[in-house]
Amino acid sequence: MKHRLYRWFISTLCVFALSAHAATPKDTFVMAKDISDIITLDPAEVFELTTGEIIANIYDRVMMFEPENLTELTGGVVESWSFSDDGKTILFTMRPGLTFHSGNPVTPEDVTYSLQRVVKLNKTPAFIITQFGWNADNVDELVKVVDDSKFSVTITEDFSPALVLNALSAGVASVVDKKLVMEHEQDGDLGYEWLKTNSAGSGAFALQTWKANELVSMTANENYRHGAPGMKRVIVRHVAEPSAQRLLIEKGDVDMARNLTPDQIKGVEGNADVVIDGYPKGTIVYMAANASHPILGNPKVVEALRYLVDYDGMANSFLAGQFVVHQAFWPSGLWAALDDKPYTYDVQKAKALLAEAGYGDGFKIRIDTLTNAPFPGLAQSIQATLAKAGIESEIVTAEGKTLWPIYRARKHEILLARWSPDYVDPHSNADAFAHNPDNREEAKLTGVLAWRNAWADDAANALAVKARNETDVAARKEQYLELQRMLQNIGPFVIMYQQNEQVARRTDVEGFVSGSNFVLVFYRNVTK
Amino acid sequence: MTDHNGQTAGTGRAPSPPNRLRALVGVFFTIVLTFVGLTAVTFVISRVMPVDPVLAIVGDRASQEVYDQVYLRLGLDQPIWVQYLRYINSLLHGDLGTSIMTGQTVMSDIARFFPATLELATVATLLGVFVGIPMGVVAAVNQGRWPDHVVRVVGLIGYSVPVFWLGLVALLVFYAKLGWTGGPGRVEVYFDGIVEPYTGVLLLDAALAGEWEVFRNAVSHLILPATLLGTFSLAYVARMTRSFMLDQLGQEYILTARVKGVSEFRVIWGHAFRNVLVQLITIIGLTYASLLEGSVLTETVFAWPGIGSYITRGLFNNDMNAVLGGTIVVGACFVGINMLSDVLYRLVDPRAR
Amino acid sequence: MPATESQGLRAWLMSDAPASAWQARAQRIYLSWRVFARNPIAMTGLFIVGGLIVMAILAPWITHSSGLDPVLDERLQPWSAQHWLGTDELGRDIYDRIVWGSRITLYIVALVGIIVVPLGLLIGTLAGYMGGVVDNVLMRITDIFLAFPRLILALAFVATLGRGLENAILAIALTTWSPYARIARAEALTIRNSEFILAARVAGASTLGILLRHVVPLCASSVIVRLTLDMAGIILTAAGLGFLGLGAQPPTPEWGAMISSGRQFLLDQWWVPTVPGIAIFIVSLGFNLLGDGLRDVLDPKREGG
Repeated sequence: MKHRLYRWFISTLCVFALSAHAATPKDTFVMAKDISDIITLDPAEVFELTTGEIIANIYDRVMMFEPENLTELTGGVVESWSFSDDGKTILFTMRPGLTFHSGNPVTPEDVTYSLQRVVKLNKTPAFIITQFGWNADNVDELVKVVDDSKFSVTITEDFSPALVLNALSAGVASVVDKKLVMEHEQDGDLGYEWLKTNSAGSGAFALQTWKANELVSMTANENYRHGAPGMKRVIVRHVAEPSAQRLLIEKGDVDMARNLTPDQIKGVEGNADVVIDGYPKGTIVYMAANASHPILGNPKVVEALRYLVDYDGMANSFLAGQFVVHQAFWPSGLWAALDDKPYTYDVQKAKALLAEAGYGDGFKIRIDTLTNAPFPGLAQSIQATLAKAGIESEIVTAEGKTLWPIYRARKHEILLARWSPDYVDPHSNADAFAHNPDNREEAKLTGVLAWRNAWADDAANALAVKARNETDVAARKEQYLELQRMLQNIGPFVIMYQQNEQVARRTDVEGFVSGSNFVLVFYRNVTK
Repeated sequence: MTDHNGQTAGTGRAPSPPNRLRALVGVFFTIVLTFVGLTAVTFVISRVMPVDPVLAIVGDRASQEVYDQVYLRLGLDQPIWVQYLRYINSLLHGDLGTSIMTGQTVMSDIARFFPATLELATVATLLGVFVGIPMGVVAAVNQGRWPDHVVRVVGLIGYSVPVFWLGLVALLVFYAKLGWTGGPGRVEVYFDGIVEPYTGVLLLDAALAGEWEVFRNAVSHLILPATLLGTFSLAYVARMTRSFMLDQLGQEYILTARVKGVSEFRVIWGHAFRNVLVQLITIIGLTYASLLEGSVLTETVFAWPGIGSYITRGLFNNDMNAVLGGTIVVGACFVGINMLSDVLYRLVDPRAR
Repeated sequence: MPATESQGLRAWLMSDAPASAWQARAQRIYLSWRVFARNPIAMTGLFIVGGLIVMAILAPWITHSSGLDPVLDERLQPWSAQHWLGTDELGRDIYDRIVWGSRITLYIVALVGIIVVPLGLLIGTLAGYMGGVVDNVLMRITDIFLAFPRLILALAFVATLGRGLENAILAIALTTWSPYARIARAEALTIRNSEFILAARVAGASTLGILLRHVVPLCASSVIVRLTLDMAGIILTAAGLGFLGLGAQPPTPEWGAMISSGRQFLLDQWWVPTVPGIAIFIVSLGFNLLGDGLRDVLDPKREGG
């Protein structure tokens, strides 16, 4: 009996020993990432960080940035473009010889279909192009095929041409394979059900499978216009726990880990097999004060809040390396960014401001925030610094899906959250932070952050519209800088940090590129 | 997490033979009623939740127009009882709706996630049974002496450990430091898709396909979570075995057998143990059912793609179809196994006859 | 205490002929206590639970801080003379947080007990005593709650009620009461037709009066044993909810939430999640040992169950 047990124990040990990991296959790039935000892979509906990144690698868009130069907007499926005299119509010429993964050629017909499809389906991100004045009734007129190699788009609003081109580099401007999509159309849904879980693009990779909360796997497009990608297969593996990601990268079970915390980064620094890269991101972390709240509606109180954040204390401790202090709504490093940091942690000043506002004895407030790092730490630190000025606060954490309804219904008091631009043009953030044309409850401009905080300012509205429509590049930049300064003084937001993504990769992995926005993450140059 | 007392969901009345048919009808009636209750409670919870199923679909930045369109499509403008009846109607047609998280039907999600939980719970239960029963028997035979105390304390420890914490520590030690086992997840991703999912139980599929590398990898991933989960069922099984055995060992026929000179080994395993088997089956059924639902935390720690983490994620993501469907399926298994062991017990147990 | 008085008390407790019902009851308790005190396992449990209570009471005097305020330049420090169990990710003293957290643990188990026992007793005794339709309806409801996957039901309740400690407690209570109803019903069934109940009824006692005066006290011992054994499960469930982020909200030093926020540091600062894990383990073991011992004393027949 004892003998048998002993033998069983040994054989079990053997199983353990044999399981000692093998490295990832040579032609496969395996990345650990939290991909729980994926709910669809249809470019007309994609609006989350992970999916934005994935479809950017599957679909070529009308306009694009390339990994070789992340700041220069160039043609994606188009080779050249020209504006009409009034600046409202753009004539695009296609790149010759492009094909989809299916082998079908990429034609102007596909491009116009893709844009029309977005407008007609009218899913969440559609506003990025419908703001040009397009709707289901007129889009067939305004976006149309000119000949075998050309198509044109016409806008009805007075938008800056630069803004239009930038918007056409967003995920909604992905070009889908019309023929393939229409084959899978059901009940006139424009292939909506099918494209959720399949791909029909012409980008560097084709979608192989998406298993929700497990993995996304992609295969290389050997005929890509920039040549075959470095890896035959890319697998994005869902690993929600940052600590698990760290274990996997250190063991070599994945080639890259995307969601390590600053402390874990510090921990892996000693590992010779792992390298850490930093990529400045467009994501901004801010505190919002609901202006419809009787106390927070007082601008002096909001100003006091700006002095009650220990900006450097947090940036140098639990945020170290991943968040840098930034106090304007458009992220640093991008065109027209404002790098002024007028506010520091100053309890005395805050107390004086609170006294002026009539709240010298402080008040009670609720802080709503997200459950994932760094928000609980952020909230607890802010709770402590608010207490220094007599403001007593209670923290409530929730997943985004629970938090956003509260925010959109203006039911929050103080809220800590993040924001990333939808496309690389300052209008994207100005429209959210500064432009609230109708502050009434019934207006329900729920996509606008200023509206959610019940805040509107005529001067800010006017300036936001002016900058949006400005055709002169230098003047436009000045206007955005001014708008950011204005918001720093009177806005309902305390903008605190900008994200710096830290990515851990195995030393043999090279060529990964990650730009400020999710459409600027490229897998195709990765080699190992 | 688990009903320590081992109460079964049945009514516990022992029927006399002519009443057996009536009792079975009663059991059936209870099942139906329980299911109606189960679905109703879950449905009501999912509808009064202060979360917004529409936002879960359209996302944070959607315009009001997009929002309203989805609101109507989901039928949320109807009164709640109409929504409930609609849900039950489609449930009876085998349609649990579509999950927001995965974009697939909840049915196909369950078909994918449930086998993973089943695999985990089965291996854990087997561990509990094959280690727990001998432990319990040894304890009973040595009642009051040190093996008894050891088994008792080990059992109590099994009840007292926070599994999610032990899981973290075990991952650190056995995966990170020693490298003996696989890490989080069910199998390395680059093995994914190699094996055709006939049964969905990866171990079986890999073995059927003869993919021994996949099989080994899967075993290395399974061993830690299954052992941890098994600790709990081990504690329970050992404890119950001990108490059943003590009952039997005190009976007269044991004394008779001993007086007749039957070997101690045969007295214990051949006589006493044979008589507790039926009771044990009930207990094993109970632990099995409770592991099916109790694996939520273990699945979270080990990133195990099972039904427990599916439901939890559904809750966090306001994916009410997923939560409803998942809960109903787990609840159904829970009730089913409980009822089955209850009925089995009544049919087979000599005293109930 | 003077020896003579102690002996006098002992003699009074051991006397063969109790002079009053009160003395008889005291004697029964004393005898049980002697059995209990001889059981090392049970005494260990009592010691642990007692220690937890003492720790909770003395918290303000045996800690240096409230364990709530971040000290950002003292993050993640190992054990030292200043920080006995190190500091956490926001520089708070882990020892202080564990000590203050003991109050939360006690708060949870006490509140769950206060909700569950009366609810279970009420439903169970009512069902058992009244019988018929009432019994059927109440027991079907009980069955439904028994059939529910408990942790998932608790999760759903918390999600419905909103995150927070009180809601977590309520959710646990809602999923825990059903076995008590069954116990109470079984006891009520056995005595509903006994003579002293009939006598009480003839004497004109109300149903509620009979339930409270005669039926409920008889259930007490099995309910207490059951509750003590359940305590560990309650603590673990509460910690599990905290671990999933659904229980106590930051910066509350609830042990499960401490593990959850500390798990990122397991590799380099292993003490951050390990200390609260051990605390949970010790306390739930304490309750289990205590409950096990109590069962031996109060309920010797139901060994094992």
